[in-house]
Amino acid sequence: MSRISKTIAGLQAQNKKVLIPYLVAGDPQKGLTVELMHTLVRAGAHIIELGIPFSDPSSDGTVIQLGAERALRQGTTLTDVLAMVSEFRRSDKQTPVVLMGYLNPIEIMGYEKFAAAAAAADVDGVLIVDLPAYECEELFSAVRPRGIDTIFLIAPTTTQERTAAICANSTGYLYYISLKGVTGAAIRDKSEIRDKIAHLRSETSLPIVVGFGIKDAESACEMAAISDGVIVGSALVEKIGLLPVQGPCSSAQLDEVVAVISSISEALQSLKN
Amino acid sequence: MRYTVSKSPSVDIVSGLDTSHSADQFSGPDLHGHFGRYGGAFVGETLVAAVEELDRVYQKLSKDPAFWAEYDKDLKHYVGRPSPLYFAERLTKRYGGAKIVLKREDLNHTGAHKINNTIGQALLAKFMGKPRIIAETGAGQHGVASATVAARLGLECHVYMGADDIKRQSANVYRMKLLGANVISVESGSRTLKDALNEALRDWATNVDNTYYIIGTAAGPHPYPMMVRDFQAIIGREARAQSLEEYGRLPDALVACVGGGSNAIGLFHPFLRDEGVAMYGAEAGGEGVETGRHAASLSAGRPGVLHGNRTYLMTDDAGQIIETHSVSAGLDYPGVGPEHAWLKDIGRVNYVPVTDLDALTAFRELTRLEGIIPALESSHAVACACKLAAGMSPDQFVVVNLSGRGDKDIHTVAAIDGITI
Repeated sequence: MSRISKTIAGLQAQNKKVLIPYLVAGDPQKGLTVELMHTLVRAGAHIIELGIPFSDPSSDGTVIQLGAERALRQGTTLTDVLAMVSEFRRSDKQTPVVLMGYLNPIEIMGYEKFAAAAAAADVDGVLIVDLPAYECEELFSAVRPRGIDTIFLIAPTTTQERTAAICANSTGYLYYISLKGVTGAAIRDKSEIRDKIAHLRSETSLPIVVGFGIKDAESACEMAAISDGVIVGSALVEKIGLLPVQGPCSSAQLDEVVAVISSISEALQSLKN
Repeated sequence: MRYTVSKSPSVDIVSGLDTSHSADQFSGPDLHGHFGRYGGAFVGETLVAAVEELDRVYQKLSKDPAFWAEYDKDLKHYVGRPSPLYFAERLTKRYGGAKIVLKREDLNHTGAHKINNTIGQALLAKFMGKPRIIAETGAGQHGVASATVAARLGLECHVYMGADDIKRQSANVYRMKLLGANVISVESGSRTLKDALNEALRDWATNVDNTYYIIGTAAGPHPYPMMVRDFQAIIGREARAQSLEEYGRLPDALVACVGGGSNAIGLFHPFLRDEGVAMYGAEAGGEGVETGRHAASLSAGRPGVLHGNRTYLMTDDAGQIIETHSVSAGLDYPGVGPEHAWLKDIGRVNYVPVTDLDALTAFRELTRLEGIIPALESSHAVACACKLAAGMSPDQFVVVNLSGRGDKDIHTVAAIDGITI
């Protein structure tokens, strides 16, 4: 059983929801990312999605685009991101880390080289936004034998046929996109999400977490009530954007940034599974 | 090499998928949009259903003669096709080699080849019942062509354009506004064409139910590269028939500029099986490939994945897209259509960089010698053709795609000359 599956199964055994924050590696300083990850774990994160910054994030809204731009101005590369995971692992052997990003940086590094480096860094899962299920075989055949989970997105527009193909290729968890749009937009139709997730349950036994558009404790509880947990990206990246791009940063400043995650964590505690 | 012409050629060109050849290496892409290892549909999950739907609709309509009959009718009566094949006699004399013959796409309605594609895609949008059109644009030609067909069909139109391009192509921005389009300035990234494309993809994901995205070049996720090629292949079909009619044989070489590559693939595709026809794609060499300030992704880039397809890209060692440079906004793009990537690898087409300086020289020469002001994009093709023709014999001929007219560029050229107009 992978670290991701073990983590989620453990939470489910205690009737708890999964909380997964997303941050962009290297935003706003390369040296702050690992510390931010540890701070997020203390704030209640169960899994961390670490974004690989890309110059052309066409599935992301403005907030995460700006986060990627800040990280790229610091010169953050995929090699740096993998080094950050290694460093995080030195003092945290439990919390799964999922790398999320676009295909080109991995394509340029080379699939084999990436898979080997990700395994060496003890990465737990990969989620490539612009890699659809029928194009994934080449990369995932390099990644899977190394015990790394392959996570896919499912959108409100995903057809029945594709849902089956995606479930067949997914391990770890399914990432359900709450809305038609980009990251950070506003959720409009909750009942549709409930219906879609109910349908997904009949297709797969994988845990289903919901992301895109979760801004605060209220929206997190609404989505967690109908799923296995939530992913919080833009709401956190927006706060991270307030940190200084250079110079020291106090732990009080970091705590302030992750307050959005702590408050969601607290709210989720009171939610019955 | 000589060509046998079995029957009297005619310029009555009928569009539609080419069924005269059995499946061979040039009948791509495959079902998932691959040209060799290039192409594909690398988009976020929200858009997968949309590109699959478009593929289904296009597969169906493209086999329907009534669809092509409507497309041909619009091209004839609205666009003004066929466009002439014009022998540039004084330019030819200046270089003293092969005849330089221009395919006059600059004479189309709206002044460039872009309208061939927007006419076709607008018919698809109409058939699919989408009331809202979005488009990205670099030089503004595709934006104008999209706004034009939207006006004609009464569709809402939003055009994404990089903030830097809005500055250097202000005339086209105003044309789009006159046509009723909403021009949205894109301030992210390098504020040029690639960022406009990102923003259009974000819009499409958000408004996928009621929106048709007219991509302006033969790139992006499948089925766009195939579809845009099919709509632009009218250029090559006409040029082929016109060559046979006027010169009794096929050209010795074809030349077209390549940014995303739609005018080039449109000219080249109907000739791919004609082994004796050499092909040259003129890329934006900017200040020179050796300076790093250029947009020659085929000549100096490497394979990667961007904007929905695997193709040659301007990307750094970390996989980030590099900012490109070209005097012409329409070529200022870090990728290229996937069929070109494949044609480069198999050696069927030669891709060569042409510098800003050489393109500007060609711009001035064509203007002074032939009375034709070419677009700066097309000037790259003219520059390449002049060099090529000079090394060929006078009994040979080269067809150059004059993909657009240069009225939109006079401010840019004037600024280079230190003149404010």
